[in-house]
Amino acid sequence: MSKWIPLWLHKLSSPPIFYRFAGSLRPWMLALALLTGVIALYGGLVLAPADYQQGDAYRIIFIHVPSAWMSLFIYGIMGFAAFLALVWRIKLAEVVAMESAPIGAAFTFITLVTGSLWGKPMWGTWWTWDARLTSELVLLFLYLGVIGLYHAFEDRRQGARAAAFLALIGIINVPIVHFSVNWWNTLHQGSTIRLLGPSTIAPGMLWPLLTMMLATKFYYLASLFGRVRTDLLDLESGKDWVRKLAAVEAAR
Amino acid sequence: MNPPGLVGACTAMLRRDLTLAWRRRGDIAMPVLYALIVTMLFPFALGPEDTLLQRIAGGVVLVTVLLAMLLALDAMFSSDIEDGSLEQLVLAPQPLALMLVMKILAHWLTTALPLIVIAPLLAGMLHLPVQVMPVLVLALVLSTPMLSLLGAILVALTAGTRRSGMLLALMLLPLCVPVVIFAAGAVAAAQQGLPWLAPVAWLGAALVLLLVLAPLACAAALRIALDA
Repeated sequence: MSKWIPLWLHKLSSPPIFYRFAGSLRPWMLALALLTGVIALYGGLVLAPADYQQGDAYRIIFIHVPSAWMSLFIYGIMGFAAFLALVWRIKLAEVVAMESAPIGAAFTFITLVTGSLWGKPMWGTWWTWDARLTSELVLLFLYLGVIGLYHAFEDRRQGARAAAFLALIGIINVPIVHFSVNWWNTLHQGSTIRLLGPSTIAPGMLWPLLTMMLATKFYYLASLFGRVRTDLLDLESGKDWVRKLAAVEAAR
Repeated sequence: MNPPGLVGACTAMLRRDLTLAWRRRGDIAMPVLYALIVTMLFPFALGPEDTLLQRIAGGVVLVTVLLAMLLALDAMFSSDIEDGSLEQLVLAPQPLALMLVMKILAHWLTTALPLIVIAPLLAGMLHLPVQVMPVLVLALVLSTPMLSLLGAILVALTAGTRRSGMLLALMLLPLCVPVVIFAAGAVAAAQQGLPWLAPVAWLGAALVLLLVLAPLACAAALRIALDA
């Protein structure tokens, strides 16, 4: 136990300690993500009752809504890590912020794709310029901008700092975009279909949704840990602890 | 020798940038020509019907001006980085943010102002009603400085990279969504005879906020990008 739980939490920001910590936690996170994901899918696709209006087509929310939550949640995590990286220049925070961006972009993309798959039978169109759809699309572009800026620099730490700054600008911008897009949409509101019909949700539908949310969270952690470990090895490739690891691997 | 005071440094900065721009007058005409040509393409693509062109005129002019400014943004710091004067500016005793305000102002004067001057012509080519023109110009006067300020932050961030043209567009355009929405909203409202003061007031408020915050952010971004 004491091998991987650090005595002090702040020690986690040291790359070798975090490398070991993430390595030992990652399989658990992945297993939990699989377990909760399977339970949630079974609950959502089999146990939950069909919607009285939409029939079985509504079941896509068990993927769509948790992904949408994660797309915003990961942006929040990225912004927080970016703030830590810029203010205290913590190397691990830079890595966490930069490795969160592709995962968040993937969740945003899943949200858009599943939303448009659902929109075709329900609204009769793949895409509509609804306020929420548009803000989600802008969010995807913000993610892509961060990823693009990070890879545009030759020096990775400098790229990470620049991209972290962009993520912070984005975090100020996300509410402004959302508010202005809402305003724009209500100005031009013609006869678009309401996004959510009932405001209350049946408990039989709620628990798979919340379980799936847990699954996405665990998956995010597992994926993040794996990515951060790889990135740390690359960044610290000249350091002593990486050499020792490589020697152990080579001796095997 | 005493270093010049704040006002002296600011005017010197502004005069230098304007002189440099004036020596290369051809570059000032480029965004204007670009905007003219892009606007000219719309009737070819959509057909020359008056009602259709009238309806899209405001939005087309705004987006064209935005794209023309995007083209010119890249040059904001590039020559200063090449000859090293940007490093001198960072090391100078005067506050960097204030010096950057002067650079952004010079850039706005040389790229956005000509675009605003020909914007009524562009809108006229698309048959925008004459009584809407003042609103369009007002919306442009308020929104183009915001584009310059936002663009300056991003150009500063990409100062250390080589390939930045498309990346700049990818980063800037999502940030511009609110500006475009409110500017186009004001023009559309004026066109329909509705009160247009509210979106213009929002634009003004956002401009004041950006005027205070953007130079500081730009200075911070430049320090990150030059700190190799």
